[in-house]
Amino acid sequence: MDQANPLIGRKWTDVRDGVRDVAPAAIAALPIGLLFGAIAAAKGLSAAEVALMSTLVFAGGAQFAAIETWVHPAPVAALAFSALLINARHILMGASLAPKLRVSRGRKFVAMHFLTDETWALAERRAVDGPVTGAYWFAMAAVLPVAWIGSSSLGAVLGPLLGDPARLGADFAFTALFIGLIASFGRARVTLVTIAVSGAVAAVVYRIAGAPWHVAAGALAGIAAAYAAAGDGARRESRP
Amino acid sequence: MSVDPVTFAAILAMALVTYATRIAGLFVADRLVLTGRAKAAFDAIPPAVLMAVIAPTALATGWAETIAAGITMLAATRLPLLATIAIGVAAVVLLRMVL
Repeated sequence: MDQANPLIGRKWTDVRDGVRDVAPAAIAALPIGLLFGAIAAAKGLSAAEVALMSTLVFAGGAQFAAIETWVHPAPVAALAFSALLINARHILMGASLAPKLRVSRGRKFVAMHFLTDETWALAERRAVDGPVTGAYWFAMAAVLPVAWIGSSSLGAVLGPLLGDPARLGADFAFTALFIGLIASFGRARVTLVTIAVSGAVAAVVYRIAGAPWHVAAGALAGIAAAYAAAGDGARRESRP
Repeated sequence: MSVDPVTFAAILAMALVTYATRIAGLFVADRLVLTGRAKAAFDAIPPAVLMAVIAPTALATGWAETIAAGITMLAATRLPLLATIAIGVAAVVLLRMVL
């Protein structure tokens, strides 16, 4: 088959590689999605709303941040601003990946909706050895949303059956998840300064102004602290 | 299966902003090279936002949560993500019983 038509053979090899590469990320997304759905349900979101958010937003970090600070009625501007801050990293990721993606310009606008930390990292790794074809990218793009939308919707349906999330400590689960993610950014001095300043400012603003303003205030303070702290290091490095 | 109109508006706003960040790279590809302070500030965005989001629970709720956050942080430096979450949840349940 592959010899008979090398182009078609190549396409299916890429699809298979895409599914194989994204499988661990999709499996890891299942418990996280269940947890997200359950906590969203505890915050008063319906299963339909959870499914809608996972489909349209499709960004775990931004969704968890939104749910953590969710109040009724939803503060639309504050939630959009948080999503912008958390997802700003996509701009750099997309800029790096876009030239390596072998699909038409029109299709890139579809392809980029499926840009996540996981698919980006996998595609960048694949780009080291060869082209990132549309077959490879869209195979990954087809698998991950199924896992994320399915598990988060199921979590929203099952969550209420488990009762009060605080009873099982489940309300603390994504604080723990976020701590795990924060630790993955390393222990460089600038990172530690960022975390300390962001946490302190966010806690104070939360006490004074309440949710959801602590997110923007803490994040901006942390970013400013990184800007200031990095300047020192950069100057020292330039004058050895 | 109800969808609240304000909730729908919030989801739509989040989705549009998120999509904008995803396609922005198509317009700035190869021209966006950050260095020095600007790069440090940009790289700091994810941890700064994540920390700000959990600060109320981790720092301004109670001793059980704050101590559990500390234990979770220690676990996070040496264990995979799901094990870290399990330890954090177990810690907060135990601490809430004790404190």
